[in-house]
Amino acid sequence: MNEAIQPLPDGHGSVTRSDAVTRSDAVTEPRASASGAEVVLKFEDVSLSFGDQVAIDHVSFEMAPGSTRVILGAAGSGKTTVLKAAIGLIKPDSGRIFLLGQEITSLDERQLFQIRSRVGVLFQEGGLFDSFTVGENVAYPLLNPKSDKVDLTLVDQKVTEALRFVELEETMEKFPAELSGGMRRRVGIARAVVKEPPLVLYDSPTAGLDPITANTIMALIAKERETANTASLIVTHRYQDGQVMSNFRYKSGSGLLNLEHVEQNGSGGPKITFMVMDEGKVVFEGTQQELEASTDEYVVKFAPKRP
Amino acid sequence: MLDFLKSPIEALQDFYILTGRALKSVVRPPHYIDDIFLQMDIIGVGSLPIIILTGFFSGVVITMQMSRALSQYGATGQVGMIVCITLVRELGPVLTALLVAGRNASGIASELGSMKVTEQIDAMRALGTDPIQKLVVPRLVATCTMLPCLTVISDFVGLLGGYLIASLQLGLSGSQYWTAAYQALAYNDIVQGLLKPFVFAFIISLVGCFYGLRTTGGTQGVGLATTKAVVSASVWIFVITSLLTRIFVNLH
Repeated sequence: MNEAIQPLPDGHGSVTRSDAVTRSDAVTEPRASASGAEVVLKFEDVSLSFGDQVAIDHVSFEMAPGSTRVILGAAGSGKTTVLKAAIGLIKPDSGRIFLLGQEITSLDERQLFQIRSRVGVLFQEGGLFDSFTVGENVAYPLLNPKSDKVDLTLVDQKVTEALRFVELEETMEKFPAELSGGMRRRVGIARAVVKEPPLVLYDSPTAGLDPITANTIMALIAKERETANTASLIVTHRYQDGQVMSNFRYKSGSGLLNLEHVEQNGSGGPKITFMVMDEGKVVFEGTQQELEASTDEYVVKFAPKRP
Repeated sequence: MLDFLKSPIEALQDFYILTGRALKSVVRPPHYIDDIFLQMDIIGVGSLPIIILTGFFSGVVITMQMSRALSQYGATGQVGMIVCITLVRELGPVLTALLVAGRNASGIASELGSMKVTEQIDAMRALGTDPIQKLVVPRLVATCTMLPCLTVISDFVGLLGGYLIASLQLGLSGSQYWTAAYQALAYNDIVQGLLKPFVFAFIISLVGCFYGLRTTGGTQGVGLATTKAVVSASVWIFVITSLLTRIFVNLH
């Protein structure tokens, strides 16, 4: 099984690990680091329901720094709930969640603000604030919490950098309503990564977009993964998104859509774990090859076998 | 058997929780002063034209109606007193509050509701900002500051409208009208005339925020939240004014 990852340019050094999280070590061998010190995100037997409706049913997994996890599932399968529970927007009924080494299930809202602000999140429609310009939206994570002393020149510089990263520098003064759906999501990505977080969560980044724009968004996510070595949790119903993350890598110095194909059998493939959810349960967890080899009726619907 | 009570009681409980958290957040940092001033401008200055217009015409109408009734007793000279008591004690606060409820409880509910359904509230929480502190508190503080001011302006403009009718139609002199109006006011009237808008401001802002933050179900949900906010705020304004009037009448 190929789980190696090459040291990546501009990475944070300590995260060029080769022990990708697979189903076997995530589920059957919880690491000694039960506190979650070596993992950016860990779910420990988490269950959550809304009234009588079970949203997440005994879900366990963990993510190593720099790793990628793609959660596939139909609408209502609980995948977005997993993402929201990961940053404490929704409290689980049972189980424990560790975010960046800290148990968040017992924290109150005010304590959560601190830890949440260290994680990047892209919401389904971008989640941009309508009343702020694009520049103000991207600057928001840097100017918040209010008590932090901030250097405004540095903020400007970082905002420009983040917008240049998503190639939307010229939209700085525009309002989100003036942008297209794809552009809004790109600004959302800029806002999510402006603080250079160790973990970014993407909620259906390509939902409702045309294939070309969807590809641009995935290319950006791959670019962020490779240039900053960020751990990425991607919630989606499109297998193609996972394929892009798994089989392509960003070609540095090239345009947005320039991804190069990576042979899965080689040693340079990104480490990526797929997880398929159905009615709150994890019905599959493993690599792309394992996913494509699966014969499960539900799983096959998301990952058609290669011809 | 009593299952039908579950939902309204739960809603009331949620409203109390929101109120508690909002009140706590008023004194707790961080304070979003810019947002408070922005809301004061939207709620206070923005409502000024309509408040002046309705205040003026309510004064005009009361004077015309009362002058007819008073003329039967030959007491048209006392019309200033009637206008003043009616406006300062009841009509000024209630009319102003109803207008601000229609204008701003709906505005607050639809704005927060849209933010809720487009996940901006979640994004705010995810970015480490408390929506209560950033969205609810500025609206609460701004409404509580501006509504009493608007009421005072409305009362005064209403008295001016009354004076216009009194002098043009009834032929009263300025001193006759204003002296009757001034002498009619007791300390008790001023207190209830200022306390009522302060209490109504709580209702308008918190009901607007409450329904806005509870919005579900897309754009249709936003419309529903807006309607519910205006209806609830208006009904509660009448309930509270009845209770407060009862208390002040007893005090007198």
